[in-house]
Amino acid sequence: MKKKLLALLLTLTMALSLAACGGGEDAAEEPAGDEGTTNEEAAGGETSGDLINIGFAQVGHESDWRAASTNSAYEVFSEENGYNLSFSDADNDQAVQIQAVRTFIQQGMDYIIIDPITATGWDAVLTECEDAGIPVFIIDRTVDDSDKYVSWVGSDFTTEGKACGEWLKAYAEAKGITEINALVIEGSTGASATIGRTEGFKEVADREGWTILDSQNGDFTEAGGQEVMESYCQSYDGQFNVVICQNDNEAYGAMTAMDAAGVTYGVDGDVIIVSFDSNKPAVQHVLEGNMNATFECNPMAAPFVDEVIKQLEAGETPEKEIYMEESWFAAEDIVSEITVNGEAMPVIHVTQEVLDARPY
Amino acid sequence: MLNKKKLTQQQLFLPIVCVLLVLAVNIVYDVVQGRDFYDFFKIGIENGLLSGRIISILNRGSEVAILSIGMTLVVSASAGTDISVGSVMSLSASFCVMLIAGFGVSSVSSPDEFAMPMVVGLLGALLMGVLCGAFNGTLVAYLNIQPMVATLILWSAGRAIGLLLCNNLIVYIRVPEFGLFGGYVGPIPTPIIIAAACILVVTVLLKKTALGMYIQSVGINKKASRIAGLNSQRIIFLCYVLCGLCAGIAGIVASSRITSADSNNIGLDMEMDAILAVALGGNSLAGGRFNLAGSIIGAYTIQAITTTMYNLGVPSAVSPVFKAVIVILIVAIQAPPLKAWFKRLSASKALAGKEVANG
Repeated sequence: MKKKLLALLLTLTMALSLAACGGGEDAAEEPAGDEGTTNEEAAGGETSGDLINIGFAQVGHESDWRAASTNSAYEVFSEENGYNLSFSDADNDQAVQIQAVRTFIQQGMDYIIIDPITATGWDAVLTECEDAGIPVFIIDRTVDDSDKYVSWVGSDFTTEGKACGEWLKAYAEAKGITEINALVIEGSTGASATIGRTEGFKEVADREGWTILDSQNGDFTEAGGQEVMESYCQSYDGQFNVVICQNDNEAYGAMTAMDAAGVTYGVDGDVIIVSFDSNKPAVQHVLEGNMNATFECNPMAAPFVDEVIKQLEAGETPEKEIYMEESWFAAEDIVSEITVNGEAMPVIHVTQEVLDARPY
Repeated sequence: MLNKKKLTQQQLFLPIVCVLLVLAVNIVYDVVQGRDFYDFFKIGIENGLLSGRIISILNRGSEVAILSIGMTLVVSASAGTDISVGSVMSLSASFCVMLIAGFGVSSVSSPDEFAMPMVVGLLGALLMGVLCGAFNGTLVAYLNIQPMVATLILWSAGRAIGLLLCNNLIVYIRVPEFGLFGGYVGPIPTPIIIAAACILVVTVLLKKTALGMYIQSVGINKKASRIAGLNSQRIIFLCYVLCGLCAGIAGIVASSRITSADSNNIGLDMEMDAILAVALGGNSLAGGRFNLAGSIIGAYTIQAITTTMYNLGVPSAVSPVFKAVIVILIVAIQAPPLKAWFKRLSASKALAGKEVANG
């Protein structure tokens, strides 16, 4: 009986793993197909001139933000620009991603770009890259257990938080709001974006003497934002005039919660609401005046990597950490410029053209 | 004296005491803060909708309460837990939204853009829940696979299938009609009504038919029940199907709340809350006798803890620690050795009292 059971279990596991593999293949086919075409192009390219072979190990394709990041790579590393891009989509599986990097090494890429799914477990494969003499760029997320890469290109979350604070200061002054009582809906505990955005905003808040009534975890999700905001509306009924949501989805949730509680927000409302990330639906909300401002987290790392490659080709030493330029969007044309870290930055007034021009 | 004894021996006594203790924390806090002691319990109508902490607990605890119904039956009948319910929630929600919006569509903003009527999507979600339950049930009841191993399959695969159905995107259905199930009917939050309806239906089913007794009997001794003429396998299978159905309903509520299908996050870790709810309700995870009301109270206790954390303004980084401490206390209070100790204590008191009376 037991043997039978074991056999059955094993068969089932096998069938399932086969099914799982099947699913995996579907997902992998697309990039593999792309690889095939790019490799052919490479063959053609080598005869026509020196194309730079570049491998990009992407996280997956879970959001519009991610799609924008992938598209930006395709645009920048095109054949016209002198590149031959091999793209790999790891579907949020680090093992697959590391395998993709190993494949890139075998194919003898000139450069490799990695958007690491997790921050650790990279030292071995990055050492292999180093031994093979292939420069590696890390984009977006960070690698904690190795420094065997040329540069990291990503967002400066603290600057985003500061920009939010500086904009709020200028906006409040222009509107004649003297007292700021802010509620913060944080992202997932421990995420670099959460830490940076919290710190940046708090720095300005402390300097200006604002009150941060509460700061709770909304897990970067709409449901989380909704639940936290519902609780805020009960705890701080009528006491708050600013809500800071650390990503767009939390802001969508916070808006439904405030609708239910009868709190008005946005351009003509009692409460100023802002978000981070600036996905297209969020910019749309800003255009419609439902949200006052949104602060971008730029997915387009490829142009910056392009710059670094040019520096390397010219024999220069690029910086280890490169922060991308990001834009700030506001619903009203009141504040047009803010100063963050001693640097003047424009605040874009959202119009239909601005929205249409957004790539993600 | 007799009444008091009867009261403390009720199976529901400790779970109720625990939830009251959690709520009492808020009274203490509110008084210390200089607010009215009943601040936490105030229920008002704001913007034409019911509002207040208690309403929040009932509303936000709905999903876990619904899940805990199915989980109680599964635990009782098969002496094992269904750890796939969170993933099945996500899968059902994704399937529902995919049917309504159409495959590959990422956003729908008016009913005219629906690929299929909403009711098809809702039925689809329930059907998906039932299917997943039937899959788990077959593995457990007919193939005798350990419940945790059997449900582990959908635990890991469910969310992934959901992502495939939604083309790896968060699919938005920004239509008020779809938001109804996570919104309000009149002034009352719909999830409360849905949870109440589920509880009512299952309670009636258990009370009016012999199903409840059959489930307990199978859970206590499967072989003996079979010899006594019960189809043990079918009863276990049925429990898993019901559990899947509950997950499907919870999935609809969760996705309707956010008018979208966020496959990565819907029902995340909720299977653990559902199992905890069953345990907090004073039910043994070893199967057999069960008390549905206990599980439901357990589910709302978990939400009460969460809401209490918000009320106390505990920083989000440390709130899991606080939650853990509260859960340990609740479980410890209900632990058999402590229970026995309480019993001995009261018995010796009673004895002492008697002696005094006699002397």
